[in-house]
Amino acid sequence: MNERAIDVRGLNKSFGDRHVVRDVSIAVDTGRITGFLGPNGSGKTTTLRLLCGLLTPDSGEGTVLGLDFRARGDAIKRQTGYMTQKFSLYEDMTLEENLAFVARVHGLEQRRERVEDTLHRLGLFDRRRQLAGALSGGWKQRLALAAATLHSPRLLLLDEPTAGVDPKARREFWDEIHTLAADGLTVLVSTHYMDEAERCHDIGYILYGRLIARGTADALIRDSGLVTFLGEGPGIDRAAHLLAQADGVLSASAFGAAVHVSGLTREALEAALVPWRKEPYRWSEVTPSLEDVFIQLMGRERDERYTS
Amino acid sequence: MTGPLPRILAVLLKEFTQLRRDRITYAMILLMPVMQLLIFGYAINMDPRHLPAAVLSHDTSTLADSVVAALERTGYVDVRYLPRSDEELDQLIRRGQVMLGITIPPDFTRRVLKGERAQILAEADASDPQAAAGALAAVSVLPTEALRNERLGLGPPRSTAPAFEVVVHRRYNPESRSPIHIVPGLLGIILSMTLVMMTAMAVTRERERGTMETLLSTPATPAEIMVGKLTPYVVVGLVQTVVVLGMARWLFSVPMARTPAGWLALACGIVLFIVGNLSLGYLISTVARSQLQAMQMSMFYMLPSIFLSGFAFPFLGLPPWARVLGEIIPVTHFLRIVRGALLKEQVLADMGDDLLALGLFVLAVAGAALARSRTTLD
Ligand SMILES: Nc1ncnc2c1ncn2[C@@H]1O[C@H](COP(=O)(O)OP(=O)(O)OP(=O)(O)O)[C@@H](O)[C@H]1O
Ligand SMILES: [Mg+2]
Repeated sequence: MNERAIDVRGLNKSFGDRHVVRDVSIAVDTGRITGFLGPNGSGKTTTLRLLCGLLTPDSGEGTVLGLDFRARGDAIKRQTGYMTQKFSLYEDMTLEENLAFVARVHGLEQRRERVEDTLHRLGLFDRRRQLAGALSGGWKQRLALAAATLHSPRLLLLDEPTAGVDPKARREFWDEIHTLAADGLTVLVSTHYMDEAERCHDIGYILYGRLIARGTADALIRDSGLVTFLGEGPGIDRAAHLLAQADGVLSASAFGAAVHVSGLTREALEAALVPWRKEPYRWSEVTPSLEDVFIQLMGRERDERYTS
Repeated sequence: MTGPLPRILAVLLKEFTQLRRDRITYAMILLMPVMQLLIFGYAINMDPRHLPAAVLSHDTSTLADSVVAALERTGYVDVRYLPRSDEELDQLIRRGQVMLGITIPPDFTRRVLKGERAQILAEADASDPQAAAGALAAVSVLPTEALRNERLGLGPPRSTAPAFEVVVHRRYNPESRSPIHIVPGLLGIILSMTLVMMTAMAVTRERERGTMETLLSTPATPAEIMVGKLTPYVVVGLVQTVVVLGMARWLFSVPMARTPAGWLALACGIVLFIVGNLSLGYLISTVARSQLQAMQMSMFYMLPSIFLSGFAFPFLGLPPWARVLGEIIPVTHFLRIVRGALLKEQVLADMGDDLLALGLFVLAVAGAALARSRTTLD
């Protein structure tokens, strides 16, 4: 079997004169869970759609599940589950009918059993005759995930699957994703949640259509070269925006009563902190969080964009 | 500012902004009245003239020629065919190629000259009573007009009475009952209106609600999606047909096809027509961005279907450009088929052209719809 579930190079896509995906090359090993992060409008949804053949790329080549992704779209679709960002099952059909439709269109055997199993697993069996449109947002997400995995795909593309889902359900969801991945399922999942990013095997960060960082969370933090200080003390959170203006500070943001201040060089950062190095404030150096790294990445790319 | 005015203004401006965004709606709002004016102003003729007629003359004298000439002078009919036999004339009328058939008997000239009771036969296709009335108007003036010039050579007229009389046959609808004309035609209009609109919305709805994304991410191909989406509506169309024909039969005493061959012909026409309408609706759905647009386009299509097809006004009374447009519209052909099968005992052989036209329409439109349906969202 191919070691790489996804291996595409030089992916480009424009809508009119908006160049939305720029030279994206992405490789995902089989059985890995890759988090796909990036700010709103950076091209995550578009990239996922390109990968599952819902959009035609302007250029790009490579394989998905070992098949030429431009020529074998049909075969890829059969083995791929795609969960859309916006709920896109039939709201005027019941849960059962929706799942039965998906099962049928994929030509599954033992349809009834599989649909019932899924409903039981979701804890939705009692509500199977309810219209999908009547579900709450979180339950809709869970139903959509069930529909995307019903045909036991080898590749799962999830577009913000846990938006609006409560913490317990999110945990269950991630546990399930990890179970599936252990069996060899490859997952590419877009998210805006840092805790979810940390639960992925590795991460891709996309900005303005460019994949600008790729690797495990630890590697991303290490490679960022970021130095972060944590400041505590009464009223320090209100100083965050002042700190953010200071030379040598890349970002400063309040976390409850504390503040995270990051910079690229220790000297410059220390210098910026001097006015605040006094009682009652306490400072300590901490490992940068993924969020610190992403905020730094965002800022760096923006600068490059406007200066070039 | 106080009072309700600012809020009214806010809603009003919002409405205009949205209207401006919706280009197609905008275009429809402007195009609809233009098209209506053109159709009602130019195409529709309440007093149809130049209806096609045929004259079968068993009499070779010039007298018969002057009957033909007088007929054309009225302006109501154009003599387009000079058939040689009763069968030929009968076929022209039955296939709807002429509205009026005149038969001049062999002894016509002799009888007129002798002052005996002379007769000619005028058969009108009364399956469209309105058109038949036009054609028969031409006939009614014949006895006084036709032989005016010829009489001069015969010396003083023997009497002021007309030289001959016209026997009128209103075929297919002798009592000129309008339901017999309207109700079969209504089948075509009902099927078009509901089927085109329903399929046009069925696909647009998926796009509007976002469910298209799920549908396209499944292994289903465009052709499979199209066939799967249209087939239920074929059943809907067939049920509608049965209901309308049943009501036509039991409530309006519309005659039905009388032979299996007639039913077969009708069935072929109905199936082709239903599939044609569904394909057209599907094609619309590949163009329309919203359900509202799909609805508007369907309405737009209905306008010529009602007025240029021969449903509301006699097809043969339309000006040539309108008839050309009418020939493109499937309802036109379907009306001929359904009236032919129900009222005129037509069989497959009589409606070859119309079935062919419907078949071509299905192929062209279904092909275009399929070519336009995408497996992707872009
Ligand atoms: N069909 C389309 N036509 C035109 N522009 C589009 C289309 N789809 C997406 N875009 C543009 O492409 C860019 C990337 O959009 P995309 O949906 O991929 O972003 P995203 O990373 O998924 O954002 P989010 O986190 O908000 O979901 C955006 O600027 C968007 O406006
Ligand atoms: Mg998105």
